[in-house]
Amino acid sequence: MNAVDSDQRGTDGVPILRAGRLPRLLPRRLPGGPASWAEHLARYGAPPSAGWDERRWDPLIAEAGRSGLTGRGGARFPTVRKLRAVAAGRDAPVVIANGTEGEPASAKDKVLLAREPHLVLDGAVLAAHLVGARQAFVVVHEAVRESVDAAAAERRRARSDRIRLKIRTGADRFVAGEASALINWVGNGVPLPTATPPRVSEQGLDGYPTLVQNVETLAHLALIGRYGAEWFRSLGTPAEPGSMLVTLTGAVHRPGVYETEIGRPVHEVLALAGGAAAPLGALLIGGYFGTWADPEAAGPLPFSAGGLSAVGASPGAGLVAALPADSCGLAETARVARYLAGESAGQCGPCVFGLGAIAGALEDLATGRSFRPGLLGRWMGQVDGRGACHHPDGAVRMIRSALRVFSAEIDRHARGWCGGSRPAGVLPVPSRILR
Amino acid sequence: MTATGARLRVDPIACDGRGLCAEVLPELITLDDWGFPIIRDADVPPGLWPGAAEAVRLCPLLALRLDRPGPRRPSGSGRA
Repeated sequence: MNAVDSDQRGTDGVPILRAGRLPRLLPRRLPGGPASWAEHLARYGAPPSAGWDERRWDPLIAEAGRSGLTGRGGARFPTVRKLRAVAAGRDAPVVIANGTEGEPASAKDKVLLAREPHLVLDGAVLAAHLVGARQAFVVVHEAVRESVDAAAAERRRARSDRIRLKIRTGADRFVAGEASALINWVGNGVPLPTATPPRVSEQGLDGYPTLVQNVETLAHLALIGRYGAEWFRSLGTPAEPGSMLVTLTGAVHRPGVYETEIGRPVHEVLALAGGAAAPLGALLIGGYFGTWADPEAAGPLPFSAGGLSAVGASPGAGLVAALPADSCGLAETARVARYLAGESAGQCGPCVFGLGAIAGALEDLATGRSFRPGLLGRWMGQVDGRGACHHPDGAVRMIRSALRVFSAEIDRHARGWCGGSRPAGVLPVPSRILR
Repeated sequence: MTATGARLRVDPIACDGRGLCAEVLPELITLDDWGFPIIRDADVPPGLWPGAAEAVRLCPLLALRLDRPGPRRPSGSGRA
């Protein structure tokens, strides 16, 4: 067995993760496959759903509320409010664990599922008990399907769960993780968002109340179910308790997935990856729907929604991409904008035509062909908030921040110069062009 | 604008940008640069209710509806 790090045991011999300490979700272990069921139990103790005592579920929902846990998929919505909404439904509800992680630069859900699949499955099972569901779908990225399947098989052999776990591979699209698109995928094999209302918590999969939770959120829930709200709150800030997984990419020494306490200064978060590997020009914070920020301004800010609001940003899905100073932020932004335009589900006119037009205007700006700030602003206003899902809004949010942060670069481009001296491509954009 | 609680709403997935609604009710509906309707973010005043009803009736894709005051409906949903 790999070393179980730094933990103590309760009076009954059950392991307890120490309060106020990291790691929680990603134990330091030797390289290798996912934690086995035995390793998982040795580190964390029995799952919170063990014993199947229905009288525990309501107090546990209250405990989730006291913990202050919020969604780790990007929207940071209070988990307890979703649990309560779905539990209140008259029909038998369904749980869907969202591990699709369509964001090309993000890897935290894949790493979590590859290393600690049982923690996510514990959380999915617990969430199903809490809302009164009998089955939980776990939708994961293709890259980690095997390890999740193996974990689910181990649990079946151990007869550990009363909830039926159904593992599915998500669709490989950026919008596939949007809640209504995920439900449409599981139910109908169509990875496209549907018009709301009704809310998915009222009518989701096959019309049943549906709890959609990011896999990292469920992993935290599994720990709250074991060790309680007070333990969970021993890290993080009072307003945003706990830890979170981050994907650090771009010009850092050791790009990868790390776990951090919420509220640590941004430069300390970057230090987890060895810090900046070059002078930095900008940080993209949150994800491709996130916000570009000046590294000097963002560096000292707490990595939390409250702290990052000073630069108009939010931790989102935990991505921090460090752009070296000799890269052109406009070129990076134009590439991501073109990618996001291509990832439109193709259902809503303003998103289909508007994002394409905006990407074209950004490409003209990045290549120095032309800059039409009035038109770009007009189009962004006409696209923002006009889709069935938030895809166009998220893209516009990121692009608006680029126009703010790269204003000096825009001036250079207007005169035919460019501050970038290396090919664009710090931010990965999967190509769907046949080669 | 009068707070009537009556709102025009477009289903952006169903809408194909035919544009009839903007012709019938230019007071509340304009078209974006690609021909898709932008509904004014305000209540429909009583004087425009007949025009709004006509715009709803004329939409060939049944993408427009007029929500009258009634029990509140929740809206919106994002990523988990």
